[in-house]
Amino acid sequence: MNVVVCVKQIPDPASPYTLDPDSHWLVRPNEQVLDDTDRYGVEMGLQLAQAHEGTVTLVSMGPTGNMQGIRQALAMGADKAVMIDDPSLRGSDALRTARVLAAAIEREGYDLVVAGTESTDGYSGVVPQMIAEFLDVPALTYATKVDVGDGTVKIHRQTAMGYDVVDASLPALVTVTAGVVEPRYPTFKGIMDAKKKPVDTLTLSDLGVAAGIDQEVVGIAAAPERQAGEIVEDDGDGHLRIVAALEQAKVI
Amino acid sequence: MAAVWVFVQESQGAPTTLGLELLTKARSLGEVTALYLGSGGDGPFATLGEYGATSVYHFDCPDVLASGPVAAALASLVEQAPPDLVLFGQGYDDRDIAGRLAARLNQSVLSNAIDVSLDGGVTARHEIFGGSQIVTSALTGGPTPIVLMRPKSIAAEPASGVMPSVQRVDLPDVGRSSAAVSASHVEEKQGPQLEEAAVIVAGGRGLGSAENYALIEAVAKPLRAATGATRAIVDAGWVPFAKQVGQTGKTVKPDVYIAAGISGAMQHLVGMKDSKTIIAINKDPEAPIFAVADLGIVGDVNTVLPKLAEELARRV
Repeated sequence: MNVVVCVKQIPDPASPYTLDPDSHWLVRPNEQVLDDTDRYGVEMGLQLAQAHEGTVTLVSMGPTGNMQGIRQALAMGADKAVMIDDPSLRGSDALRTARVLAAAIEREGYDLVVAGTESTDGYSGVVPQMIAEFLDVPALTYATKVDVGDGTVKIHRQTAMGYDVVDASLPALVTVTAGVVEPRYPTFKGIMDAKKKPVDTLTLSDLGVAAGIDQEVVGIAAAPERQAGEIVEDDGDGHLRIVAALEQAKVI
Repeated sequence: MAAVWVFVQESQGAPTTLGLELLTKARSLGEVTALYLGSGGDGPFATLGEYGATSVYHFDCPDVLASGPVAAALASLVEQAPPDLVLFGQGYDDRDIAGRLAARLNQSVLSNAIDVSLDGGVTARHEIFGGSQIVTSALTGGPTPIVLMRPKSIAAEPASGVMPSVQRVDLPDVGRSSAAVSASHVEEKQGPQLEEAAVIVAGGRGLGSAENYALIEAVAKPLRAATGATRAIVDAGWVPFAKQVGQTGKTVKPDVYIAAGISGAMQHLVGMKDSKTIIAINKDPEAPIFAVADLGIVGDVNTVLPKLAEELARRV
């Protein structure tokens, strides 16, 4: 079974994000990390591939940089990676991102596509669904549990009220929530092996996808600031300050 | 007058609050058609009218995954008579249908909007970087603008509407894109719900362990508060996803939000920073949560929370 996992390298969420003042695009350093959300997709892909004699191919779009994020996913155990890096893709919206990823996934061949529900840096939350439409496969989304059988996939799909059991034939796309599986930590051997694993780098012309984007940033403003609050050291009576604040807010 | 289509989903026999929020926004923009997904009936249709819909396209597909067939049916409707805007919420089915519809139409979408305007083209405002900046984006092409709005961006308010005209839409067979829903499980929820609670007590990694989440519950109980959590502790498996507040989880606006052991990652702030009063407890005086807090206690949650729980229990 060919499992393709969509992953993204993002600026380290622990460091402040900034927009480029001219392009209004997120500033992406040379060193980007694997989106934490994607660790669940990679782990899910690895477990399914292992159970069904398959391989895991990573597909990722964005500036390659020093590939730290991709190496993290390869070190977990993925077999190979395809990266689409093209200057004309800077500032892509969800639609073009999905079109490019779908073309790369089609090129690799797949039985199952796995993705996180949304990236941590862009979080449009619609890219996997668009990929599914471009591939003409079902999008089994927000999975908290995934089982693959003989040519079929069954998930528990998170809903506002609980969960639905959803099943479909392969090929299919699944998006996974955090907690669907426990992501493994790369071993030392995994980290060393990752340096030797094949990484293909593609451009738009390799995929035959046209560039073009139908949205732009027309304004940026600072959000209205909240009035500065009172920050106090807990001297043993911190809880009484909180009680006073709750009284002031008239909730007790 | 602009034609605005609004996706509204049914939950427990009635339109969701998110759907009513979208209708409230939409009727300020133009003539509103609701795209209603659910069993339907006079009750829910009357509610759609009350919130501003003059017509309804009704979709009902209880045993199949809605996104494929509903997006396909919507694409046909759009091609027959393109509206000026299709509005969705940033919800589960909303995202699935909007994404597939956009791909079908080759339409760029604006998601996570907190407001949308049709003056001089379609623009939407979005909060970025945990809500510290507001970006305005414009759609510059595509056949039919699609915008997804975050929950609680606007308060749902009824107007003096009339009963809308309702047309049931036949759903096409989407072949290999189809999926079946073979069962639905409703999880028992105890205590006040996050979206409706006046007070929320939420915990993060600063609690130190899953067991210590009991401190959050101990403080919440006398306040009749809902309990929330950060993505970090949901990821760690301490509490279920249903408790997650933030970008990926729920958006909340309670009267009081108590953030205990929460550092204030961007992903969390965007889900709670519009709470009326924010009280934060954190060991690290540099934690970003203090930038949005009305009252910040620099201290150990495992010391402060037990004393707080005891004091509250004594008073109420």
